[in-house]
Amino acid sequence: MTRPPRFTLPARLLHWSMAVLILAMLLIGAAMVTSLGDYHALIALHRPLGILILALALLRLAYRRSHAPPPLPADLPLWQRRAAHASHVALYGLMLALPLVGWAMLSAARYPVALVGPLVLPPILPGSPMLYAGLRLLHTVLAYALFGVILAHLGAALMHGLIRRDGVFASMAPWRPRAERPRA
Amino acid sequence: MTLLTDLTGAPPGMTGRTLLMRLSAIGAVLAGTAGTFAYAGGWLSPGTLTPARVIDRLEEVNGRHPGFRRNHAKGLCVEGRFAASGAGARLSKAGVFAGGRVTPVEGRVALAGGQPYAADAETTVRSLALRFRLPDGEEWRTGMNDIPVFPVRTPEAFTAQLLAARPDPATGKPDPQRLHAFFAAHPESAAAAALIKARRITAGFADSTYWSLNAFRFVAADGRATPVRFAYLPEGPAAPARGAQEAGPDKNVLFDDLVATLRREPLRWRLVLTLGRPGDPTDDATMPWPADRETVDAGTLTLTGAAPEAAGNCRDINFDPLVLPDGIAPSDDPLLSARSAAYSQSFTRRAGEAKSPSAVTVTPIHGAAL
Repeated sequence: MTRPPRFTLPARLLHWSMAVLILAMLLIGAAMVTSLGDYHALIALHRPLGILILALALLRLAYRRSHAPPPLPADLPLWQRRAAHASHVALYGLMLALPLVGWAMLSAARYPVALVGPLVLPPILPGSPMLYAGLRLLHTVLAYALFGVILAHLGAALMHGLIRRDGVFASMAPWRPRAERPRA
Repeated sequence: MTLLTDLTGAPPGMTGRTLLMRLSAIGAVLAGTAGTFAYAGGWLSPGTLTPARVIDRLEEVNGRHPGFRRNHAKGLCVEGRFAASGAGARLSKAGVFAGGRVTPVEGRVALAGGQPYAADAETTVRSLALRFRLPDGEEWRTGMNDIPVFPVRTPEAFTAQLLAARPDPATGKPDPQRLHAFFAAHPESAAAAALIKARRITAGFADSTYWSLNAFRFVAADGRATPVRFAYLPEGPAAPARGAQEAGPDKNVLFDDLVATLRREPLRWRLVLTLGRPGDPTDDATMPWPADRETVDAGTLTLTGAAPEAAGNCRDINFDPLVLPDGIAPSDDPLLSARSAAYSQSFTRRAGEAKSPSAVTVTPIHGAAL
């Protein structure tokens, strides 16, 4: 019996560690803008986590170029293939854009982009309140968009794993599920 | 069920019942994820005080003044330097305290309240905000007032006090009953108000003492942490306030006086650190520390210049008291995080609004800052 193709171990590690980080990040972001008492602790976590996600996303994009993901099942309808492709472009785009917009907006607001200890990143934009206001709004809009795409991604992954059972979920699962029909 | 089977791409062997169960499970996972996000974002607890509601309350009592800070709205930019004595270095590893170090400083003097065109009054709380720019991008920002303790202990009390002290449109004064009810509910504020009222009000910004109000933790190179409150004490003699009659018709008399003094000579303050002992309240800004606590003279702040608020200067800086260098950390005072959150909300709102000129229009002075 031939085993269905899977993502490589580094690809799966990157996927699941980033899944945890990004979900945590979205929850931290939502909580900190409405919190008074926890605001400082949350934002002090939000900045270094964001930069970590940016670094991991760049690493992952580079890794993906040299290690192509396994192909989708041949019987998957065309619209679903297109949706899968588009959602992955959106996921990568947002994983890179959100930290960059965050860094840029703090630069425009002339806040030091403090990470840990004495480590501060340099500004990537000149100071400008209007620019900050626009980027601050963009940061929120992109975060909602990322949360929406993640919900769609999660729903589609569970459809593949529980209902189509076509090996797509298994290809990224951290464990190797049994009793899925082999991919065509 | 064949339609559902076709739509979902379920294998032919899966029964309709199994398919529906699994679809429901997927729906539940998605709803749970969205619900967790909504919970984190506070949508499920609409009564909680948020940074936006604190700023809404300031706008409610002061009116909306687009482009201006929602509190301490009337101000003037200042500039100068801080020369460390070296004595603070044993308490904090922050480079700003290293002996012989001179750090450029920009800042802002202002009057408390959210009305940018209000006339200066000697009893209005005066503030000094500073931004120290350390090497390698680190910064220390601080916002201080000329009162020895803060009137409230929590952000909830702050917003309640704003409403209680709001002037009645009929009399122009706060409703005594509401004020009484507020102080009855907040005895710590009543005690703080008495200390604030008893302070000596000096002639102006130049001879005022500015207090950190909140406690911080100073962290030394060896990791030892000390609770610290700090104050900037004027080097020159303090003159008594002149009284309303002498002030004359100048609505910006306090700011104009400061500029006139700076035009003659630089102004100096000593940064005095007060070291807390175990048991001293670090989480209650309404309570003073015992007067016999050890103090450390950490250096001298010299202000040499001033300029009206304009694009790119102190107008566009958020003096968030939790922008701290490594070596200064927040204490457990709940006001610190709340100030940081509310200042950020005020900054974000005004950043996106059209700006109007400040009421304080003076000819800029640029002293030799370094």
